[in-house]
Amino acid sequence: MGHDGAQLSRPEWKGNTMRIVVDFDLCESNAVCMGIAPEVFEVREDDFLYVLDENPPESMRAKMEESVQRCPKQAISIID
Amino acid sequence: MSTTLIVGASLAGMHAAKTLRTEGHDGPIILVDSDVDFPYDRPPLSKQILTGEWDAERIALPVAQEDLGLDLRLGVRATFLSLESHVVDLVATSGDTESVTYDSLIIATGAAARHLPGTAGIDGVHVVRTLQDSLALREELEAMPSRVVVIGAGFIGAEVASSCRKRGLDVTLIEALPLPLERILGPVIGEVCAQVHRENGVDLRLGVGVDHLDTVTVDGRQRVVGVTLTDGASVPAEIVVVGIGVTVNTGWLDGSGLNLDDGVVCDGTLSAGPGVAACGDIARYPSARFGQMLRIEHWEHAIAGGGAAARRVLADERGSAPESFDPVPWFWSDQYDRKIQLAGRPAPGDRCEIVHGSLEEFRFVALYGRGDQLVGVLGMNRPRHVVQLRALFDEGVSFSEALLRASAL
Repeated sequence: MGHDGAQLSRPEWKGNTMRIVVDFDLCESNAVCMGIAPEVFEVREDDFLYVLDENPPESMRAKMEESVQRCPKQAISIID
Repeated sequence: MSTTLIVGASLAGMHAAKTLRTEGHDGPIILVDSDVDFPYDRPPLSKQILTGEWDAERIALPVAQEDLGLDLRLGVRATFLSLESHVVDLVATSGDTESVTYDSLIIATGAAARHLPGTAGIDGVHVVRTLQDSLALREELEAMPSRVVVIGAGFIGAEVASSCRKRGLDVTLIEALPLPLERILGPVIGEVCAQVHRENGVDLRLGVGVDHLDTVTVDGRQRVVGVTLTDGASVPAEIVVVGIGVTVNTGWLDGSGLNLDDGVVCDGTLSAGPGVAACGDIARYPSARFGQMLRIEHWEHAIAGGGAAARRVLADERGSAPESFDPVPWFWSDQYDRKIQLAGRPAPGDRCEIVHGSLEEFRFVALYGRGDQLVGVLGMNRPRHVVQLRALFDEGVSFSEALLRASAL
């Protein structure tokens, strides 16, 4: 499950420094991240994870760090 | 600068250490753990380690690899706590003893696997709790035993059975209850779990226990060759894996003055006493949400508890207001190609309603209610829906309202 998800937003420069990266070899679509930040993570009806916003604003850092910490597969990284 | 001692350096203890640092605690943090292996993650022990997909290095805890300036002492066991003197006695595997004086203490010594009585010293009998347990079992599985008997169809037993089937081994799974996980998930879902095992080729024996192990003695060593059940049936077995739960590691706290009752008894802020907090599998605390004392053995709970225990001792040190700890328990289990996810704490007698999907397809969501209180959200291979319904706990939605919301998903 969740091995072929996608990073949907183009890495255009939005002035946001955070980049969210998901290792889709590890992701198993537990969807914990979606529960924390549905604006950024969505597990869809196909059971795959889609990253809706690869460069969330700084105001979302706490939620991103929580997603990293609570992902059962440690599949999420924040690249600054 | 104050010194914090954390006894237990697994998931809860390590997250407590990390939280101390992120909350600005600059003083010494000493972590001790009786395990000699570097802090590691337990969920893969019954899954990827056993199947051989991963090696041990893969499961090192990321939080333990961060540069937090910790004094981590592995292979060190705590033997006594004096609350009055703020001292913990330690013994290393070398036999060297030491006493550490702390300003704050966090207890995170977790639990140990239960063994089948009377089976000590019998080769071929395994538990799965530590990395060494898992590697030892894996080594024996690599020899392609003719049959593995797993005792206990709880989450560990179920995952071990699944991993053995992935290795192409014949598995007999023994469960004393009439249905697997019946006490947590109820009879309807318990029946689904039983079917999942059978669909995956497991020889499932329900409502029976183990009478005794059949063994042979070769070169002075006793080795298991079979299991005789309480219904008289005899199952040949080269390997037996025991998954019958855990016992909390509170023995070292006997005589300390702490309240011990199947765990370290804490208040609703995880405080066990002045300057002392507990977290992880060992912490028993009052849940206002469920109106009862809880001791939760889940992975996410250890992370949340570690953070809360750290903040709790800091609150004592700083004279600030402590925060209450009452998260919604969250659990997942991967068995065969199924992912079971559970939010909440269902108990026998709770109402169970299937709100989405199909039991036959092993792809569904169920809600559990007690009176009109929502007490559980369970999903099998429906993560999107489970996570959305899990949020209803935070909204304080009633069971009847939850049923309505679920139908709208």
